[in-house]
Amino acid sequence: MRFFPFTAFLVLAYSASALAQGAPVTIVLRDHQFIPSEVPIPAGVQVQLLVRNEQNTTAEFESTSLHREKVVPAGGQITVFVGPLSPGSYEFFDDFHGETRGHLVAK
Amino acid sequence: MLPTAIIVFREILEAALIVGVVLAASRGVPGRGVWVFGGILSGVLGAMVVAAGAGTIAGAVDGIGQELFDAAILFAAVAMLGWHNIWMTRHGREMASAANRLGTAVRTGARPLWALAIVVGLAVLREGSEVVLFLYGIALAGAGGPAAMAVGGVIGLFAGVAAGAAIYLGLVSIPLRHLFAVTSWLVLLLAAGMASQGAAFLLQADLLPPLGSNLWDTSFLLSEESLLGRVLHTLIGYTAQPAGIQLVFYLATLLVIGCLMRLVGGSTAPARADSAHSQRSA
Repeated sequence: MRFFPFTAFLVLAYSASALAQGAPVTIVLRDHQFIPSEVPIPAGVQVQLLVRNEQNTTAEFESTSLHREKVVPAGGQITVFVGPLSPGSYEFFDDFHGETRGHLVAK
Repeated sequence: MLPTAIIVFREILEAALIVGVVLAASRGVPGRGVWVFGGILSGVLGAMVVAAGAGTIAGAVDGIGQELFDAAILFAAVAMLGWHNIWMTRHGREMASAANRLGTAVRTGARPLWALAIVVGLAVLREGSEVVLFLYGIALAGAGGPAAMAVGGVIGLFAGVAAGAAIYLGLVSIPLRHLFAVTSWLVLLLAAGMASQGAAFLLQADLLPPLGSNLWDTSFLLSEESLLGRVLHTLIGYTAQPAGIQLVFYLATLLVIGCLMRLVGGSTAPARADSAHSQRSA
């Protein structure tokens, strides 16, 4: 029982971060560009990203700073969870078209 | 053509490095070629099946099917690598002492190469399915024509295989009596790196807490997008900006496999190897 307060704190802290999640943020891939390429997101909470690929080529949404990688089929949409992030800029790119890049800006 | 070659190379590189390490780790074992190439072949066939079913996999389990699939593959490979290492600490010394006495590698036929074959198959499956998806995407878009795509793909494939061959040749130039120690460390780090990658997939699917999204940032020293960064990412799990949970999985894997190797192998190795050998010949 001695550990209860600490465990309760961890559970609360984790569920608080999960509950704080707002509406999903959508990023569209079109003509080998991320729209928007600068994506503002709230810092300190978990955010759900929806990445929609409106091209006729397969893409892979990837970010080394966020350690995320997920194939986005042509015409498909994927969900990726990020955060809670500290304020700052986090680059992401299409691993199949390296020049297609964007940033998440956590504030 | 060139962008195609570079992307195919990057995907093949990871699998090729793993195959190179596995081939070095199984040096001198009869029949290893059949096992390893069996693993590669099943991996290639599996990659096509996975690529064909990519949409179904991605859409499964509320859209986190791809993460679960990747994590499952990685953790299965971790288990196989760990099992191989633990088995080797138990039997490797017996084999080495028997080999020294008899001058040949005897009794190695019993060595469980299927574990390494599975590792090879899974690595090829995971990276290969991305290559197939990528090339299929290009083919659909009709960019550059099929000839440019095929040439680019073949160049990328050969460059990746050359990198795997380079690491293999580098490893087997190590004298045989040290090779076992070097490859078992490499296999241990490879397993830890895969566990950390697997944790990243579960984090991406929101099944694990991050425990700190970025513990540190060494991307100014060595970017994970650079060639060396990618090689070290595959071989020892180098991550420029790791999440806390990745570090937990990395260290836990080192600890669990390392302790099991200690426990099972024992530290009084030479005596044990001798007694095992005399028991066997009795």
